[in-house]
Amino acid sequence: MTLLITVFAAVVSTIVWYRRDDRKEYNRGFLALMFWGASLMWTVDAIFEYAELGAEYFAPAPADMINDAYLGISVVALGLIIWTVSVLIKDPKGVIKGALARGR
Amino acid sequence: MACFLVPATEAVVTTAVQSVMKNKEKKGAESTAHAADAIENANAKTPFSVKLGWLNKMLWGGSALLAFEHLWHGEVVPYFPFLTAVTNGEVSDMLAEMSSVGVVMAILVTAVWGGMVAVSGIIEKRAEAGDTAAENA
Repeated sequence: MTLLITVFAAVVSTIVWYRRDDRKEYNRGFLALMFWGASLMWTVDAIFEYAELGAEYFAPAPADMINDAYLGISVVALGLIIWTVSVLIKDPKGVIKGALARGR
Repeated sequence: MACFLVPATEAVVTTAVQSVMKNKEKKGAESTAHAADAIENANAKTPFSVKLGWLNKMLWGGSALLAFEHLWHGEVVPYFPFLTAVTNGEVSDMLAEMSSVGVVMAILVTAVWGGMVAVSGIIEKRAEAGDTAAENA
């Protein structure tokens, strides 16, 4: 479930990156690559788990599924937080610099 | 257990390599005799340091999100020695997992990045060929 949610996040962020002309401005590529990196790593994890459990891997207990979904959503939230911080540090439109200058 | 440490270690190395390459590319561009040629070349091809940046972002981002997952499952703790496998005396199991799952993770991410670099190279060559054809016409 965590892998699935992260893959969806990776696909959506890639589409958003591709559709925008000013993609470099908001570091959208970073968000997409971060989710793809995690998706690839969890794919390896899933393959190893499948090799160990076999078909049982595809029939998780409901409690495990809920926990994994909760984890997946939390991972997406963390990814978005990391990306937001990176955009604020980059400050592409100079909003923070402007606000600080006005405050002086 | 701690499989994310392998791609994270690779990320440290590739980040250092990217930094060195960036400096070399900068110096190379400065020393080029014809500035116009340098600008033309810069427009035609994405520098390798930028391409290496794609790998860094996948490795760092993926490792960070996996570290969070390990924290979620109690395999990583925010105090020394940070890994519960060390506290529980499961170091050999942890190392075995790192050398199997962790190494495959790092190889897969690097292989996908290699594919991205190859595809971007083909796209750049096609664009270059298109420009040359347009100039000759």
